Amino acid sequence: MEKFNITHSRRSFLKASLLSGGGLMISIGGLSGFKLTDKFEDLKLPNEWNEINGYIKITADNVIKILSQNPEFGQNVKTSLPMIVAEELDVDWKDVIVEQAPFDTKVYTRQFTGGSQSIRTTWKNLRTAGASARQMLREAAAQVWNVPIDEVSTKASVLYHEKSGKSAKYGEMASKAASIPLPKEVKLKDVKDFKIVRSPRKNVEGINIVTGKPLFGMDYTKEGMLIAMIHHPPAFGMKLKSYDASQVRTMSGIKDVFTITLLEEGTERAIFDTRTFNELLVVVGNTTWEVMNARKKLKVEWEGIVEKKETVNVFGNKREEIIPAGLESTETHLSKMQEMAKKPATELRKDGDPETVFKNAAQIIERTYNAPFLAHNTMEPMNCFAHVTDKEAFFAAPLQAPEFAERTVAARLGLPVEKINIEMTRMGGGFGRRAYGHYLVEAGLISQKAKAPIKLIYTREDDMTYGIYRPMYTATYRAALDADKNLIGFHVKGGGIPEHPIAANRFPAGAVDNYLAEGWEIPSNITIGAFRAPRSNFNAAAEQSFLDELAAAMGKDPIELRLELLKRAKDNPVGKNNDYDADRYAGVLKLVREKSGWGTPEKRNLHRGVAAYFCHNSYAAHVIDVAIKDGQVIVENVYSAIDCGIVINPDAATNMVEGAVIDGIGNALYGNLSLKNGSPQQNNFNTYRMIRCNEIPKKIEVYFVENDIDPTGLGEPPFPPVFGALANALFKATEKRFYNQPFSADLSKL
Amino acid sequence: MAKFSLKINGKTQQVDVDPATPMLWVLRDHLHLQGTKYGCGVAACGACTVHLNGSAVRSCQLPVSSVKKQEITTIEGLTENGDHPVQKAWLEHDVAQCGYCQAGQIMSAVSMLKNNPNPSDEEIEGYMSGNICRCGTYSRIKTAIKSVVKK
Repeated sequence: MEKFNITHSRRSFLKASLLSGGGLMISIGGLSGFKLTDKFEDLKLPNEWNEINGYIKITADNVIKILSQNPEFGQNVKTSLPMIVAEELDVDWKDVIVEQAPFDTKVYTRQFTGGSQSIRTTWKNLRTAGASARQMLREAAAQVWNVPIDEVSTKASVLYHEKSGKSAKYGEMASKAASIPLPKEVKLKDVKDFKIVRSPRKNVEGINIVTGKPLFGMDYTKEGMLIAMIHHPPAFGMKLKSYDASQVRTMSGIKDVFTITLLEEGTERAIFDTRTFNELLVVVGNTTWEVMNARKKLKVEWEGIVEKKETVNVFGNKREEIIPAGLESTETHLSKMQEMAKKPATELRKDGDPETVFKNAAQIIERTYNAPFLAHNTMEPMNCFAHVTDKEAFFAAPLQAPEFAERTVAARLGLPVEKINIEMTRMGGGFGRRAYGHYLVEAGLISQKAKAPIKLIYTREDDMTYGIYRPMYTATYRAALDADKNLIGFHVKGGGIPEHPIAANRFPAGAVDNYLAEGWEIPSNITIGAFRAPRSNFNAAAEQSFLDELAAAMGKDPIELRLELLKRAKDNPVGKNNDYDADRYAGVLKLVREKSGWGTPEKRNLHRGVAAYFCHNSYAAHVIDVAIKDGQVIVENVYSAIDCGIVINPDAATNMVEGAVIDGIGNALYGNLSLKNGSPQQNNFNTYRMIRCNEIPKKIEVYFVENDIDPTGLGEPPFPPVFGALANALFKATEKRFYNQPFSADLSKL
Repeated sequence: MAKFSLKINGKTQQVDVDPATPMLWVLRDHLHLQGTKYGCGVAACGACTVHLNGSAVRSCQLPVSSVKKQEITTIEGLTENGDHPVQKAWLEHDVAQCGYCQAGQIMSAVSMLKNNPNPSDEEIEGYMSGNICRCGTYSRIKTAIKSVVKK
């Protein structure tokens, strides 16, 4: 049995015990929870909850409430995080109700959903929270029954003393347990005894979703609330010069028109602070339709920005960022990238003597891959409710990283951080986009100026043309082969606008004696941000396509080549800091090989490709089968093998992998945000093509590597290798390599 | 501004709005029926799907003035407790990820099955291709619909 010292969540437990003051802690259940309307009758009647710790509250009649600390954007943490607590608490899942925890950095650490880290970073804390609460309940029972604690056992929310035949539901001991001092050490369950974790549990929000309950930021309402919309420049590289709102002000339902400045001049930007359009024109009115229409009547003059430098401070690491003037276009981006690719770049990693090896190589294979900007296109556009007064500010918003947005907005509004209160609503998708809380700052400034509670709503067009895109990337891969077709050198040189994608210590680094990784960047006034598996989503497309071509040139099976390289990386790794576990990487390849029946004669008209990737601490491999029917590509089958350690909720995890596969195919085939004179050429779903129901694979089979390794994330890792597997399958089907995303452009030329 | 008397989810409701206001915003802003979602405003995503006399329509393209005596059903009015066979299938197959598009998906599916109780795979795909899901839950949407067809 694993022992675990309580150190990680000391703060939260301390707070719980301090609040309880050694006595019974009563908090008001429904009111501290997820309040979506102002209508009191919608709230649950207050219950008396015995707060055992920051995650667990139990009523006398044995209702067990478990709080989920992280914001939810569809990866199902609202179910899976409480499952971990419930497992160690040893409760019947049927007795559990789940509630979104309040945003409170004094109680919870890392209330941030992103980087596939929610499970990984809370795993031990949540287990400890459950196990220590169970221990406190046992201690309470031991005291009441006057028996040694070691003789008190638990099963499915009930305490037992076998010798005397006594038993009590958790609820009966909860008030006593709340007064028990926090244990210094707890025993965690053996993984093999798990009953809740590793068994499929339905989404706790399922019924609310299918009945259309107001769960999302967009649904937040408050009596007297006004609607606000921003009017941002039509192109990157432009800013507001002047405006005439005289007509707008007279329109029905319109309250005010004014400008706000997102960040004050000279502000040092922190992580997730963005600078897309700093001065924004705002229309405030009674209803969405009125504001939407009035905004069209604004007479606005725009002008070009001048180049400026800004300081970005990411956890103490400061860097200068150049924001160039000018109106940028995809065409000029592409030619600039081609130029830059020829110039010397920054060396990111070097093993051996790649220059000499390439000079003496019998054969060099060189291929270049390109990918465009991508818009996140969360189905719920950006929005935020704000009510700012002289003394405090309240927000309700779909945010991935409320902690960072809170600091920025506090500074900008001139309020202490303690006076900022944020309610984390459910998010209608995130994919990285909602880590950037500019809309919270905008809403705060609007409410402050309008002196009213407001809800800022982005239209789809606002959302898609605001920037914070997946960067534009390119990479040239080179491989050196000797006369016997052995791989003797590997070189990747990647660049991007405005950041390069290269992860220098990732496979095949460590597997090739002579290795060089380089990167270069082109500054831009187009803003970018994290997009589901940042950088990896490009690398896996490029590198995994390249490995496929390399295997063909070496006369090897593509899975066999990868396994040979991984064996080398394991037995005799080249260089240091290789960031992957070669065995686990090989594990997903072997699993997908077995499950897909790789190597068996391919069915007529089916063409298959493989790709694997490691990112965000997890491993994923896919085999994709495509067919060409009447000149159209049809994705027939997808086989996915994933190693993310212990799988908390297998059915929900499968759902997420299926989604990543479909999202990956959609973005690989169609994803594209292009620009002309600074202006995005796609602004809604009638111009930005998204994958639809009739374009998905006929079959997706998902397999997880079974092991007892502490869990890592799943939101991102299955996404990147989809691009590579699809490109490789398309090659088999068309005998053409797909170097440029979106693949549909080249497919349509066939 | 003009007064309209609307039959929504079996109840008659009065609103005083610009006649051009799409039903989407009448539902969301004036009647506080927030289950119908805004996704694109150009009938390209299906998040705002409601039933007009039992057939699926995109409420973002339905001016309030055109509704007249026709009956509107939103996700809130589909059932009281979420026990429509399609809703139950959605729960059984745990379809949702973020959940934002699902009310629209369900309203589309219900309408399709009403007009075609036994759709083929191609018919399901074709009909449901009007509803976008960025999370990529389409395969479960199909499975859920097919499970209703079998029953």
